Amino acid sequence: MTNTTSSKPLSSWQQAWQSDLAWKFRHSPIAVVSLVITVLLVLSAVFAPLVAPYNPFDPGSLNLMNGFTAPLTPNAFTGDEFLLGTDDQGRDVFSTILYGMRISLFVGFAAVTLGLLIGVTLGLIAGYFGGWIDAVIMRIADVQLTFPSILVAMLIFGVAKGFTPVEYRDEVAIWVLVIAIGLSDWVQFARVVRGATLVEVNKEYVQAAKLIGRSAWSIIFGHILRNVLSPVLVIATISLALAIIAEATLSFLGAGAPPTQPSLGTLIRVGQGFLFSGEWWILLFPSVTLLSLALAVNLLGDWLRDALNPKLK
Amino acid sequence: MFSFLVRRFLQAGLVLLIVGFVAFSMFNFVGDPIDNMLGQEASQADIERLRSVLGLDQPFVVQYWKFLINALDGNFGISYRQGRPVAEIIAERAPATLELAAVSGLFAITGGIVLGIFTAIRREGFLANFIMTVSLIGVSLPTFLIGILLIYLFSVELDWLPSFGRGEVVDIGGWSTGFLTASGLKALILPSITLGLFQMTLIMRLVRSEMLEVLRQDYIRFARARGLSERAINFRHALKNTLVPVITVTGLQLGSIIAFAIITETVFQWPGVGLLFINAVQFVDIPVMAAYLILISVMFVAINLLVDVLYVAIDPRLRS
Repeated sequence: MTNTTSSKPLSSWQQAWQSDLAWKFRHSPIAVVSLVITVLLVLSAVFAPLVAPYNPFDPGSLNLMNGFTAPLTPNAFTGDEFLLGTDDQGRDVFSTILYGMRISLFVGFAAVTLGLLIGVTLGLIAGYFGGWIDAVIMRIADVQLTFPSILVAMLIFGVAKGFTPVEYRDEVAIWVLVIAIGLSDWVQFARVVRGATLVEVNKEYVQAAKLIGRSAWSIIFGHILRNVLSPVLVIATISLALAIIAEATLSFLGAGAPPTQPSLGTLIRVGQGFLFSGEWWILLFPSVTLLSLALAVNLLGDWLRDALNPKLK
Repeated sequence: MFSFLVRRFLQAGLVLLIVGFVAFSMFNFVGDPIDNMLGQEASQADIERLRSVLGLDQPFVVQYWKFLINALDGNFGISYRQGRPVAEIIAERAPATLELAAVSGLFAITGGIVLGIFTAIRREGFLANFIMTVSLIGVSLPTFLIGILLIYLFSVELDWLPSFGRGEVVDIGGWSTGFLTASGLKALILPSITLGLFQMTLIMRLVRSEMLEVLRQDYIRFARARGLSERAINFRHALKNTLVPVITVTGLQLGSIIAFAIITETVFQWPGVGLLFINAVQFVDIPVMAAYLILISVMFVAINLLVDVLYVAIDPRLRS
């Protein structure tokens, strides 16, 4: 991440540390705090089985008597204590959040990767070849851009659900989410990469590569790609925040992660049911986690955009 | 100018054709509606009968043609889940969504422009900075969390406003309105804020950045040198020139308001088209999904077209 602005490839940490971007990073408290929060949340999600005190999906460790235990107060029947309380089935809320965040982050990262691969490839092709290829790709992008991406994701989810036999729907739901969200956000990548490619195509190094007879594909992926990557990084970060929110929204609406594999959105959907009966912790803690995650990644993306923007130097 | 409009019209038509094809393909390739409607115990004769009633035994091209004709006629088939004509169900639900969208749109536009101008003029002020910070959180906050938060504050804790539904509605010639009763108006408040908040912050940030950009221009400096009052500079000269991008984005956002109503309607159990759609997605009720897709595309395309025309009407530089 730190070596994107420097003109020559950096070989050691020391050089990375001395780069412009790293300097800006060290002098922006918001960026440092956001990165720390993001890394902490990601690590605790990745190592959920080690961090979480319980495995909420192991029926053997569940005790229905522990249901609705408030945070940090011993349960009236069993005397067990839970950091963030338990839900209606006696699952430890802290553990379900860690496992839920795993699913949220997995869907987020996978969807952005999918959108990025499709968008960058199509953007490069459209920008390099131009002509009718460009026209077709960009028209499709325009059409899709007419609709909010959450709506596109919902439609893809609904259609994919129709394709899957009922008994497999829960199993593949996570992958359907990845595809739905990924296909709904490739347009941003394609537009930016196309714009950057149009600029690069006219530069001398591309002309030179053409003259010495290198193939179009090796020019595109060997030369142009690395020069259009810094805006892609910014969009990918902001897309990650959007993808996490999109996943949570879809799951909250009941068109996403199934109850057997609850993501943060599913947990909030479940928690909303207890809003009126006073069990606030089932709703509050997953919501706060989702908010911190989305906000931290968003702020990081915002900072990255400003830091990489040559106009603001 | 004229050729520009013609091109935009053709493009709009093309978009609608593509969407129509997508919607029709959904009918044809997704699941078996007969299975969805009859369940596993249905007899072969029942299945055959329903198949021919729904016209599913005819060839692809015939079905597509019928689909287009029917769609133009406002006939989108019969809901797999409710067994009633989709057009009827949507017509019954539309007033709820349109009223909600209208109120939140108004809230987003007035709030966004007023706050945008304020934060641009008082750029260094404490209150302006505070609003900007809060707005960043507002953008990161998913719509459904805002809704839940508002319900918690105003329904659970304070018990001022209802947490779900439309309240009492009055039926005027088939249009059920919540504007005429006290409980209907009260029920509108929380959903409208939830739905409009994101758009409001967006419009606010846009107005602010455009305003700051314009205030830096030479003609503003010149106006100041001529000794014009701050008020005249800000509102007569600067604001006018910020409006072009604002109108574009606002117009496009109006479409998103109807689309995002899906989320708000789910949180507040608002009996509108969005709730209908999300239930259709959950139960794979293809006719309802397809009809919603077509309706919302027509709306989006119409709004886009209107925005383009307005764009030219407002900015004289584009008319030549």
